Amino acid sequence: MKHIADAFKRDKALIAYICAGDPTPDATTKIVHALIRAGADLIELGLPFSDPIADGPTIQAASQRSLQAGMNPDLFFDLVKTLPKTIPYAVMTYYNLIFHRGTMTFAKDCRNHGIAGIIVPDLPPEEADELGEACKKYNLDLIHFIAPTTTPERIERIIQSSSGFIYLVARLGVTGAREDLEDRTKSLIQQVHTDIPKAVGFGISNPQQAKEIINAGADGIIVGSAIVDMIARNTDDINKAVEEIETLTRKLKEGITR
Amino acid sequence: MENNKKSKFGKYGGQFVPEVLMPALYELEESYKKYKEDPQFIAELHDYRSNFAGRPTPLYHARRLSKEYGITVYLKREDLVHGGAHKLNNTIGQTLLAKYMGKKRIIAETGAGQHGTAAAMAASSIGIPSEIYMGAKDIKRQEMNVYRMKLLGAKVHTVTSGSQTLKDAINEAMRDWATNVETTFYVLGSIVGPHPYPAMVHDFQSIIGNEAKAQILEKEGRLPDSIIACTGGGSNAMGIFHPFLNEDVELYAIEAGGSGLKTTKTAALHSASLCVGEDGVLHGARTKILQDKYGQILESSSIAPGLDYAGVGPELSRLVDCGRVIADNIQDFEALEAFHELSQLEGIIPALESSHAVAYLKKADDLGDLVIINVSGRGDKDLNTVMDRGI
Repeated sequence: MKHIADAFKRDKALIAYICAGDPTPDATTKIVHALIRAGADLIELGLPFSDPIADGPTIQAASQRSLQAGMNPDLFFDLVKTLPKTIPYAVMTYYNLIFHRGTMTFAKDCRNHGIAGIIVPDLPPEEADELGEACKKYNLDLIHFIAPTTTPERIERIIQSSSGFIYLVARLGVTGAREDLEDRTKSLIQQVHTDIPKAVGFGISNPQQAKEIINAGADGIIVGSAIVDMIARNTDDINKAVEEIETLTRKLKEGITR
Repeated sequence: MENNKKSKFGKYGGQFVPEVLMPALYELEESYKKYKEDPQFIAELHDYRSNFAGRPTPLYHARRLSKEYGITVYLKREDLVHGGAHKLNNTIGQTLLAKYMGKKRIIAETGAGQHGTAAAMAASSIGIPSEIYMGAKDIKRQEMNVYRMKLLGAKVHTVTSGSQTLKDAINEAMRDWATNVETTFYVLGSIVGPHPYPAMVHDFQSIIGNEAKAQILEKEGRLPDSIIACTGGGSNAMGIFHPFLNEDVELYAIEAGGSGLKTTKTAALHSASLCVGEDGVLHGARTKILQDKYGQILESSSIAPGLDYAGVGPELSRLVDCGRVIADNIQDFEALEAFHELSQLEGIIPALESSHAVAYLKKADDLGDLVIINVSGRGDKDLNTVMDRGI
């Protein structure tokens, strides 16, 4: 099984998010293969939650589609098990699903099915002791966030408790594709001094933004809503979505490769 | 990172929010600590409470109701607070705090529209723009309150995500807050959400219990045997319970039993999180919640929109676990009976929410000889619902 760190070893990392089971588990498998062909270095698989407070309309809708199609944590792990393990995977989900399954059980299931890291948008480090223990026991990375509002003292403390990579939130607010890049995103990248790779997400949708972020000193970019938008537009013709996603992913990868 | 023990009620509570909001929660906690001791803030809050909200509210001896049940029943008249419910106690406090913190706008979620209305009232009297998030389903069934909020100058946002009710309105308000956190104050309507909200709202609502305690001692020369309050998130219950926690008084938190304590695949037919909910994390806090076997949040249900919520305040979860507060529930039909009973026996039309507390008089085994019921709001807003069902 690949580790999160492997994604950052060769080059700058392209991290792609999709919601597992959106619109079906089969579609997820096809899209994962396309992402890998196009050069994705790490895939974040969303395990959909009924009340995703950190997500904008695009990923909320993806979660709804997936839940309506019957996705649940058991099916999620079944699906993950069948995916090619040439790159590492992280699960992105909300804390109640982890808490309800039991932090130890959840971590163990991740380990047994080929998930190398856990990303929980509603779990700040203050509340992460229990899941942190479980991740340590099963050799998983628990990914923490740094936001534009995070104070310098907090940044230090978050770096201390991080492994795998640090998720830099590019802008205030929720997930969702944007065209521009804020100046404060670049200054945030420069404020975070650590050997742990820094990947930037929230609002990144095109190669130009990706390039600027890498030039500002990031080790990776995270693209979610822009990919999920392509699924949303093509739920009845998933091959078309796969094609569009593969093209976008290649362009993004070119954008971050020097 | 060290665990934030101060923010927990036993194992409940906490701060399960996105990192972008964490600094704002610390800022809120610091500011609240500072201003609640500030003489100017205290004086201004007192003025709003007395001259704008209409406090203190009476503690009324319900003579005919008492006769009906053979015990002495007092009603704490929060229905007489400006706006028609206890909600203003909290919104005045938080909106004033927003002003002292220099925030440029307030946002709030609302289910029935009572908290939204109270937030809009506080905002226009204090002079801060307000925006209210409300589920599309609730907007449809609470037309009058939507109009009231607009009349008061608030901007009302229709929430079309999820189940289009209160929990989705909270989700959307939290998303707005995450986006505008530097300039915006989120006025949360109950003792729910991340620390310090449950503690702060409990403080602002404790005025209900403080008044009731002094009033019952003056009228009866002793403390009551029991206090009954309806419970959705739990702010009116915690508000009246708090000053009695260390007294020999039974405290009853009455939840919405809806059409019975059953669930379908994605929905509960009730809102009784204290009675049958399980340990979980929702809207920033660990508490008892209604969820399916995987931890997905169930839609809740009640005839009383203010009780229609899948979670409950973390402090109440702890007080129920340790046996200090007794949780029970009242079904829709029983609440409707009590709505009529209080209207006809006492000339007071209670909110359907408060009707759950009134209905408990009939259901309870033994409440003792002296009981206080918290009439958290008035029922004018519910006339359409009740008219649909017939007298």
